[in-house]
Amino acid sequence: MSEITLVQAINRALTRAMRDDPTVVVLGEDVAKDGGVFRATEGLLAEFGEGRVIDTPLAEGAIAGLCVGLAAQGFRPVAEIQFTGFIYPIIDQMMNHASRIRTRTRGRLTCPMVLRSPCGGGIRAVEHHSESPEAIFAHMPGLRVVIPSSPARAYGLLLAAIHDPDPVVFLEPTRLYRAIKEEVPDDGASLPLDRAFVVREGSDLTLVTWGAMLKETMATGERLAAGGVSAEVIDLATLKPLDSETVLRSVAKTGRCVIIHEAPRTAGFGAEVAARIAEHGLLSLLAPIERVAGFDTVMPLLRLEQHYMPEEQRILAAARRVLAFR
Amino acid sequence: MPDFARDSTQLINLYQAMVLTRTFDAKAVALQRTGRLGTYPSSLGQEAVAVGVAAAMREEDLLLPSFREHGAQLWRGVTLQDILLYWGGDERGSASSGPRHDFPVNVPVGSHAPHAVGVALAFKLRGEQCVAVCVMGDGATSKGEVAEALNIAGVWRLPVVFVINNNGWAISVPVARQTAAATLAQKAVAAGIPGEQVDGNDVIAVRAAVEDALARARAGNGPALIEAITYRLSDHTTADDASRYRSDAEVSQRWNEEPIARLRRYLVKRELWTKADEERMLTALSTQVDAAVESYLATAPQPVESIFDHTYATLPADLADQRAAALAARSRR
Ligand SMILES: Cc1ncc(C[n+]2csc(CCOP(=O)(O)OP(=O)(O)O)c2C)c(N)n1
Ligand SMILES: [Mg+2]
Repeated sequence: MSEITLVQAINRALTRAMRDDPTVVVLGEDVAKDGGVFRATEGLLAEFGEGRVIDTPLAEGAIAGLCVGLAAQGFRPVAEIQFTGFIYPIIDQMMNHASRIRTRTRGRLTCPMVLRSPCGGGIRAVEHHSESPEAIFAHMPGLRVVIPSSPARAYGLLLAAIHDPDPVVFLEPTRLYRAIKEEVPDDGASLPLDRAFVVREGSDLTLVTWGAMLKETMATGERLAAGGVSAEVIDLATLKPLDSETVLRSVAKTGRCVIIHEAPRTAGFGAEVAARIAEHGLLSLLAPIERVAGFDTVMPLLRLEQHYMPEEQRILAAARRVLAFR
Repeated sequence: MPDFARDSTQLINLYQAMVLTRTFDAKAVALQRTGRLGTYPSSLGQEAVAVGVAAAMREEDLLLPSFREHGAQLWRGVTLQDILLYWGGDERGSASSGPRHDFPVNVPVGSHAPHAVGVALAFKLRGEQCVAVCVMGDGATSKGEVAEALNIAGVWRLPVVFVINNNGWAISVPVARQTAAATLAQKAVAAGIPGEQVDGNDVIAVRAAVEDALARARAGNGPALIEAITYRLSDHTTADDASRYRSDAEVSQRWNEEPIARLRRYLVKRELWTKADEERMLTALSTQVDAAVESYLATAPQPVESIFDHTYATLPADLADQRAAALAARSRR
């Protein structure tokens, strides 16, 4: 078996879901004939035809809204929003409808839709093509928010998202689309949507992250290891519902925690993680929690984006401060 | 023939502006291919729309361009260097050298249409004889905001002209898959405003149509929508490969209609343009573009704090701390 990239794993999961379940349909701008601007939906049109792989007009709000209708009718729509910069008109549909139609009908109508969108910076893209809006969606009751950080997790989590009976926002870090390759058996097995993954075990410090920042966070873990520090790295993967148990268990062990994310710092999802630790794990802390995040600025154009995103140096500096705290 | 088209100097100006745009586009694509520019949307084949629209406007009118109207921006005085800086990912390119009141390029498709309505309302409230000109693609007409903007502009009779640059494609989606409407101009009907189609490969026709619409709007007779029909001869952007979704045969067919050769044939036929003129112009334009590229490439890197400079009018203390941290991180590098 050969190794595949994250975007190929997405493609594999979509193909598997469509083969296994005739109610799964894929739609979005340029997803059919062009196979998606990142090629995530490549080959689907040829295999499943125009009825199930649909190029839509350029209308994000309507794409999300029509998924609510399709889903209420028993389909499992998987919509692609070309870039997260264009996802904002959808907030109305997700907040007012997708996330609450179950509540509003006391379970009579449901919304098993998946909204996929490439997210994050680091690929030298044009303005509005590098945003990280996960916290906005995590704030919406009734939604799930998932961000994979490896090909295998992308495959298993996307299958889980498609099978899930409720709406899922599935954000795919563009920076990782082709950065890592691994073997991903096409076994149709999904991963749990309420579990964080401990991707590196350690005892001195907990590093919590998700999405593309896992790369720099793992590198930091290796760097610390070279200096004799044992860092545990947690990939949250599913931000909502949050698996605080895994985080708390780790912090209980290490007593020190740094949270890393690319999105702006203020009201970023790191704040929620820090709050959970403060609520349920305060007494196990040996040092204040630190957050390493994007700045509270507009995402800069490509020349300065590497200064905006938490680089290894910044994570390392935070880790050293937290470790040094007595 | 409109008056300006009887004036050979004006025709030659339009011609040169289109050729400058094309020369610049080709250079920009080459820079991207060699890693010296970010993703770039060429306007190859669509120069007559951008140039025709801008040439119809007065300085005090206000342009709200999409991301593919380099020719209009250049006509209005944005420098080649600034356009390169912006698409090269340098914040300073956004400090646009054109009219201070013009809007920046708009990337989230169609979202600038309501801005044009607001600008036009401001003109109306102040009793100014200015017009907002919003240029968008065919794909943009599917956005709710565009329908909303047309509607409000109509009901308030605002001085705004919407120009749809119909280049046949929205990335891989042809217009026929974008709408069941027979024309995009008829999107004006439901808004109760005049809508017309114009040959977008005929710079004279574009300029004349936009001039008429501007004159009506300026005189208080309300908005208009103009569908300029042209063709995107290039890939969508340098990140796109159009051969995945459209045939070479279709594209080569469309090369027969492109606007620059068309105006050149006309100029030559009327004996306003010679081979020597053409050669002189091409040399001058490529010197101009090369000089701009050189100065772009020689631009000193922007400081890291550019990220923070314009987030607010004055930097809040909280953000000042982040700025300090960014500077400290840079000095550690
Ligand atoms: C709201 C929004 N959705 C998606 C995109 C991605 N995208 C960029 S250009 C484009 C097609 C635009 O087509 P059109 O309006 O015809 O303009 P053209 O590119 O042909 O100039 C798409 C889908 C975007 N920029 N904005
Ligand atoms: Mg178009």
